[in-house]
Amino acid sequence: MTWVVALNTFREAVRDRVLYNLIFFALLMIAAAVLVGQISIGIEHLVIVNLGLTAISIFGLVMAIFIGVGLVYKEIDKRTLYALLARPLRRRQFLVGKYAGLLLTLAVNTALMTLGLAVALFYVSRTFVRSDLSILVAVYFILLKLALVTALALLFSCFSTPMLSTVFTLGLYLAGTFSTDIRSFGEVTESPALGAVTKFLYYLLPNFNNFNAIAAAAYGRQIPLILVAQNTAYAAIYITLVLLAAAAIFSNRDLK
Amino acid sequence: MQAAIEIDGLTKDYYLGFWRKRPRRALDGLTLTIEEGEVFGFLGPNGAGKTTTLKLLMGLIFPTSGGARILGRAIEDVSMHHDVGYLPEQPYFYDYLTARELLDYFARFFRLSAEERRRRIGSVLDLVGLSSAADVQLRRYSKGMLQRIGMAQAILHQPRVVFLDEPMSGLDPVGRREARDIILDLKRQGRTVFFSTHILPDAEMLCDRVAVLVGGKLQGVGSPEQIVSIEVESLEVLFELPAGSALPPALEDAATQTGARYRIQVPEAQLYDALEGLRAARARIISVSQLKPTLEDFFLRLVGGEQRKHAVEISGGGL
Repeated sequence: MTWVVALNTFREAVRDRVLYNLIFFALLMIAAAVLVGQISIGIEHLVIVNLGLTAISIFGLVMAIFIGVGLVYKEIDKRTLYALLARPLRRRQFLVGKYAGLLLTLAVNTALMTLGLAVALFYVSRTFVRSDLSILVAVYFILLKLALVTALALLFSCFSTPMLSTVFTLGLYLAGTFSTDIRSFGEVTESPALGAVTKFLYYLLPNFNNFNAIAAAAYGRQIPLILVAQNTAYAAIYITLVLLAAAAIFSNRDLK
Repeated sequence: MQAAIEIDGLTKDYYLGFWRKRPRRALDGLTLTIEEGEVFGFLGPNGAGKTTTLKLLMGLIFPTSGGARILGRAIEDVSMHHDVGYLPEQPYFYDYLTARELLDYFARFFRLSAEERRRRIGSVLDLVGLSSAADVQLRRYSKGMLQRIGMAQAILHQPRVVFLDEPMSGLDPVGRREARDIILDLKRQGRTVFFSTHILPDAEMLCDRVAVLVGGKLQGVGSPEQIVSIEVESLEVLFELPAGSALPPALEDAATQTGARYRIQVPEAQLYDALEGLRAARARIISVSQLKPTLEDFFLRLVGGEQRKHAVEISGGGL
């Protein structure tokens, strides 16, 4: 059941032309990285990897947020959900299906963009080296981050308009990116209450900083396996909790 | 025989307002039982609570109190949907899909083999007259075509109970006739059809029984004849007068002239007097017909409470 919904969500995204524009721009940016790399004598590899991975991350985020916030809202607003929920399909199955569908879309797009980056790298270096493997790990971390952002967008999409959901998701993303700074701020302040609040926020907010391995990949540093395991487990747990919250909200709400 | 639909005290309040939420009762203690194989019409003016009832039964909204069972299973039980089909009001579907793709998508929830899905999709598309537009994206569909594909998806998995919310709306006369044929066909197959409408002739033609809902309250349940016969109280006489003949004075005020023809409306008790007068005037009677009220009249009176007594009679006093 869930898989049927997921495949249809993927099909919807594939048939949406906006998506192709995004991929086009991402590839264009990777191509631009090659140009910038050529004028950065000696550090082409670093520049291309850095700009390429940043492009993959930014365009992935744009897709995750903009498609994610409409995932459930659009189905309710256009009433396409009415006929669908008249099937033997639980609401939580529908939610997970929509989530999995968008995740599949993001994975395919990220794979395409990574391929573009690989072509750009090969064009410049004419070879791949072992340390390039860390680029794949960085891409995997980007995917984990996108999966988390998508879950948050889906959660907001269950009870809010796309406009507000975008603001909420983007706000949480930014707050989550700077969550370490929020804790540091609490530590330097002399107010114990503020310190407790910032510590609480640090643990509550999704920590997106952990998923940033772009610099490590650009410098060809090896990313420790323990970090891969930690990030995977963190994302899995956080996503599960967010999806459970989304299911609890969505399963009890009246459709207009 | 098992009841197809058992509705027990179903009530729904909506809360309006932003800060101070006030409840508005959309459906008030609806209790109804529909037997298997019945074609049941759910009548009522706009805003009567018909769509609310159907949405409650389909689990799209949740009751404030009361409950319902379909084929013996509570409406909260998702497995009940294996045997249920539903056409929403003014249906809208994924416009990036073609009709065939949409039906295939919906059919996949019923674990049918690819071959079986293909066969059934071809057959329902044929039934609703969309075979030639089967591979056109739904974004190019007209309202009537969407209504047809809505009907197709509701019956695709051969459900035992079919809920149709205003199935004739948006259809042209040919489409309405086809929709009626489909409903009659479902009845012949022994399926239960529960449909909402505000068009009385549709209910008269198709339903074994109808329920009338006004302002969220059930006003009565009975056969369509019972509902309509209450209101037959006047007759219309259409006639022509020969050259040189004048209208009988008693009918002068009541008559309206269209070309050479005259039309009068008389209460049933005065029909013979009127006909005598017309015979004296050597009028040629073209037709005498019962004047059935429009549904609008019927509902307006119900809302005004005038028909309350009749409604009680229809349901055998058991509201």
